[in-house]
Amino acid sequence: MPTRRRAILILSALCLLAVGSFMLALTVGSFKVAYADVFAALLGREGGGGDVVLQLRLPRAIAGFACGGLLALAGALMQVLLRNPLADPYVLGISGGAGVGAMFAILIGLPVLGIDGLAFAGALGAMFIVFGLAHGDGSWTQTRLLLTGVIVAAGCGALVALMLAIAEEHKLRGMLFWLMGDLGQSSQWWPPLAALVVALTLAMPFARELNLLSRGMMQAQALGVAVDRLRYAIYLLASLATAASVTTAGSIGFVGLVVPHLVRLATGNDQRLLLPASVLAGGSLLVLADTLARTLIAPQQLPVGVLTALIGVPVFLFLLSRQPK
Amino acid sequence: MNQPLIEARQLRVTIGDKAIIDRLNLGVASGERLAILGRNGAGKSTLLSTLAGLRKPASGAVLLEGEDAALLHPRQAALRRAWLGQFQNDPFGSTVLETALTGRHPHLGRWDWESTRDAELARGALRAVGLAGMEERQIHTLSGGERQRLAIATLLTQAAPLYLLDEPLSHLDLNHQMAVLELFAGTARDCGAGVIMVLHDPALAHRFCDRALLVYGDGQTRLGPVDDILTAATLSELYGYGLRQIEDRGHRCFIPE
Repeated sequence: MPTRRRAILILSALCLLAVGSFMLALTVGSFKVAYADVFAALLGREGGGGDVVLQLRLPRAIAGFACGGLLALAGALMQVLLRNPLADPYVLGISGGAGVGAMFAILIGLPVLGIDGLAFAGALGAMFIVFGLAHGDGSWTQTRLLLTGVIVAAGCGALVALMLAIAEEHKLRGMLFWLMGDLGQSSQWWPPLAALVVALTLAMPFARELNLLSRGMMQAQALGVAVDRLRYAIYLLASLATAASVTTAGSIGFVGLVVPHLVRLATGNDQRLLLPASVLAGGSLLVLADTLARTLIAPQQLPVGVLTALIGVPVFLFLLSRQPK
Repeated sequence: MNQPLIEARQLRVTIGDKAIIDRLNLGVASGERLAILGRNGAGKSTLLSTLAGLRKPASGAVLLEGEDAALLHPRQAALRRAWLGQFQNDPFGSTVLETALTGRHPHLGRWDWESTRDAELARGALRAVGLAGMEERQIHTLSGGERQRLAIATLLTQAAPLYLLDEPLSHLDLNHQMAVLELFAGTARDCGAGVIMVLHDPALAHRFCDRALLVYGDGQTRLGPVDDILTAATLSELYGYGLRQIEDRGHRCFIPE
């Protein structure tokens, strides 16, 4: 069990990582900006490359950090809710629903705002369908919830495939980028950031109760957790966090599954540390991945979802093999 | 004064449409030990979780220290009774000490972290069940018996005045069975704890409990002092198998015919 002091130390180190990822994201790119100019621009002084930093890179980095943080938080919460280490933010069909909404919007040629709006509506739709079906008989066990989510996600996948099949040639690239996850399409940086702050603020007071919930519903109830209410709350919170992220940047894979595991392998399964640490690590990872995505084969851009997986898989396998049995 | 720790009033417990307990009245006071005996599937565990307030009764009420368990906040209930379930499975890793410390949850405020005193209590509980020196072990490396003793240590860390134990002896070898039963007998005697436990061995129930509740599974129950109720005749009827009773130095023993 981490002591409070150790938790603060770890979180401070992760804060430094986050700052580092931002510095990198602001300086590198097809147009190189010196650190001094970045600082000058951040402090509001005119200088070389200030516009690039403030108008393009900073909003994109903030949106990336917020989405990474939201996904990691939602993943950690889903893993506790379903008591399943394989759960990720998308397992209950939220991204599937958002995907259906977004594909439809692109298909009928809506502007960015319309895509975001329909994606969010699709995510909420999937959330309510899964909740309604899984909760139907009042039992809403983990298995039932998981199965319902997986089936709804599969149905959404089929709809997405259908729309891809009938889409016109010139819309396909945009659709594929959305599905793989891409920060270039994010129009606003503040909604995901606000969602992240709200979600983490709401989750933290319940962190110790989440520890107990991860050990079993009856055990948690017996130790004094109002289990039913807590599960509703985390279901809603994780779903909305996922919806906010997916709406901003499409379904970026892997962050939500792997970051909570990385943090758990490094620090243990105490949610009081795991939740904020996952947010910082997930945010930093996504900012770094996005920086790579827009520089590796510049001026072409890669979808960041591909890179998160390419970075995450080897790191995860390394940590797993290093873990003492 | 002398308010029972737990009281069941006209309790009716159902599984689906089947009533397994009907109109049960029961009270356990400080220092008392009650055994629940019955066949597999008779509803012993269901009754115990209903008594713990983890399951709603079909009718009637369970009172914990005089207050309706259904109306108590789970946290208040957790300060009045500790419940040992039958199954522990842990999808996520955790150390032995962390697991034992979860018992402190109801005693801690929302933003509190476990203090050194809480850690001392948890270490003491681990010592009491013979797990001293294993604090940093991962729980999935424990054997079934060690895992069961860890669950008991968690219960002791919770330090509630009433213990509800569902098959506390499962996975335990003989010496640990006796150690656990003596531990709870001692807690009842010295600290005035109440203990209700689901047991399978009527001889151990006779030796370590004051009263026994026989659960027949069709709504009927029988309650009485162990000397009166744990006899070859009643137990043969309960289990549907002939038993012979042997007395040895004040201990009763039951042998299948």
